[in-house]
Amino acid sequence: MADIVLDKVSKRFPDGTTAVQDVDLEIADGEFVILVGPSGCGKSTTLNMIAGLEDISSGELRIAGERVNDKAPRDRDIAMVFQSYALYPNMTVRENMAFPLRLAKMDKETINQKVEEAAKVLELTALLDRKPANLSGGQRQRVAMGRAIVRQPKAFLMDEPLSNLDAKLRVQMRTVVSRLQKQLGTTTVYVTHDQTEAMTLGDRVVIMRGGAVQQVGPPQELYDHPRNLFVAGFIGSPSMNFLHAKVEEGRLRTALGDVPIGERVRRELEAGDAPRELILGVRPEHFEDAALIDDETRARGVEFEAPVDIVESMGSDKYVYFTVEGERATAAELEELAADAGAADFAGAGSNLVTRLSAESPVREGENRRVWFNLEKIHLFDPGSGRNLTLHEGRSAGALAD
Amino acid sequence: MSVNATPAGAEAAAEAEQPTGKHAAVPAQRARRGAGAPLSDNKRAERRLGWLLCAPAALVMVLVTAYPILYSVWLSLQRFDLRFPDERQFVGLENYVTVLTNDFWWTAFGVTMLITVVTVAVELVLGMGLALIMHRTLVGRGIVRTAALIPYGIVTVVAAFSWRYAWTPGTGYLANLFDGSAPLTERASSLAIIMLAEIWKTTPFMALLLMAGLALVPEDLLKAASTDGATAWQRFTKVMLPVMKPAILVALLFRTLDAFRVFDNIFVLTNGGNETSSVSMLAYNNLIRGLNLGIGSTMSVLIFITVAIIAFVFVKLFGTAAPGSDDGERR
Repeated sequence: MADIVLDKVSKRFPDGTTAVQDVDLEIADGEFVILVGPSGCGKSTTLNMIAGLEDISSGELRIAGERVNDKAPRDRDIAMVFQSYALYPNMTVRENMAFPLRLAKMDKETINQKVEEAAKVLELTALLDRKPANLSGGQRQRVAMGRAIVRQPKAFLMDEPLSNLDAKLRVQMRTVVSRLQKQLGTTTVYVTHDQTEAMTLGDRVVIMRGGAVQQVGPPQELYDHPRNLFVAGFIGSPSMNFLHAKVEEGRLRTALGDVPIGERVRRELEAGDAPRELILGVRPEHFEDAALIDDETRARGVEFEAPVDIVESMGSDKYVYFTVEGERATAAELEELAADAGAADFAGAGSNLVTRLSAESPVREGENRRVWFNLEKIHLFDPGSGRNLTLHEGRSAGALAD
Repeated sequence: MSVNATPAGAEAAAEAEQPTGKHAAVPAQRARRGAGAPLSDNKRAERRLGWLLCAPAALVMVLVTAYPILYSVWLSLQRFDLRFPDERQFVGLENYVTVLTNDFWWTAFGVTMLITVVTVAVELVLGMGLALIMHRTLVGRGIVRTAALIPYGIVTVVAAFSWRYAWTPGTGYLANLFDGSAPLTERASSLAIIMLAEIWKTTPFMALLLMAGLALVPEDLLKAASTDGATAWQRFTKVMLPVMKPAILVALLFRTLDAFRVFDNIFVLTNGGNETSSVSMLAYNNLIRGLNLGIGSTMSVLIFITVAIIAFVFVKLFGTAAPGSDDGERR
């Protein structure tokens, strides 16, 4: 077990592209850190550099305080789990799991004992003498995990280990991975492109974009206090709603009506280089059916009326989609996020607003509905730099804060 | 699509039903596993179509392969020398006794075996090296591959002549390196040169087959092995070779069968002098030069049987799968 430190680590390929740029990251002993981002953001390259499968172009990588930049993977004492599982097809499950131990020249008895132990933890005992070809996806995945844990390495590196499983199994395996990591207390770096996995698994989440770290923090902090537009849009499902907002007469003019702003945001906007056009971000759960809230709550937000497009009842609550007229919010980050979600060419006219209302709301498709949203929970972003303007000392306090 | 499946065959039938007609060959192949289940009309029609599609190729094979083989078997059972056509007579296995008790045959057989074993072994090692180089090359990949394949592209007889001239004392550059000695006039050195020429020519072919095998090794597997603590050599022997095994066996089989029939290099380099004849040379000498159809055919049949045994050993004992077939071993 050990801590892992990345000190201004960069990766440049011979053709001049920079895959990873100046990543600073300190992973504490026993911590579970998730690297997440859209494809091509450099998360896998970063993981491969920690594993030693890719050279580090500049910067320093330390595992347990020791510089390992020039060490071969086999000398770093780390175990890796791959998306493809990478099981040796010619070996049985037992031989697969014993492979790293055999290479480490352990005696047969110890190897057997360790493999049996790991197999018990992962419920693989009955499968030990099968070949990988005769296993299901979930079983193969567990064997890959088993091969990683038998060795008791300094750290686990996992490269999208659950991405090849079907949705149901993935949720199941997520808890298996999480429990295993807590049980063993081994430092773990986990790469995924799935923000749900990132939110549910990690102690801390590192969001990457274009080779650079966007924000590092516990999942809830990233969710509540995103530093920029990209983080705000990436974390959360369904994702945050983004609306075009114009600063006029000390108010924000948006498609949802005028929004008042507090002292702090006003000061922020009065600065010389402050943008006159902003992007307003509201998460779906910060909307509520206006008929269902008391007056005290009502005072903390504003209301608007819009035609209901689609109602999806989830039982516990309702996802209600509204069509809102007006200018669309545009920014490089948002386009990138849309492209990653595969929705770049699928936007339609006007803005689509996703809201999560109480299950008691009698909302029906086709009608006009009055909806309230919480001003304390909204975010304002600079469309140019993507910066979150409502963020103050790392906390977001909405538009009204003084 | 209606499928009349008994419970026993139900699983196979259900599996076979999934693919649509687009991959007609796949369900047909799978259906074989569920043998015993009554065939639906659909299946039967599909099977008939399969036979019809195979028929032209099978017919051509019978005409150009089966007929000559059977004819030479028939000839091998006769005393039949074109110089004495009147003495033609059915003699049963007498020709086989003659050949198999003859020292020339066994010398040639020994030479052929030696050439086969040595050249295939050396080609495997060199071919693997070459395949790894071609597989790993990042810069100028096309040029490297083309250069490596040149020897294989040269007509064997032409290459053999160039070797012969190279080893000719006085004019040959290789002979001059060795103080103008005449290596092609001695048995050991002649055999060595024959093997050298064979290896030089067919290593690229071996490399090509092995490179196809290398492509079967997933990159992740090697990465996993290196994080598991394997050295480069261990990655090669413990991960790459086992995964490549089917490809290696196919390459070995092809090359062994080819090498056993070695002819042109010997024909040009020594013409079988100094006891360097291979069995193919011997058969040629008896059949074409000696005009002894009976003995020559007997030798041809013996070569055919040996080749069949080699193939049988490879397929049955080593489990060589035909290229393209998937018996689960590869995954």
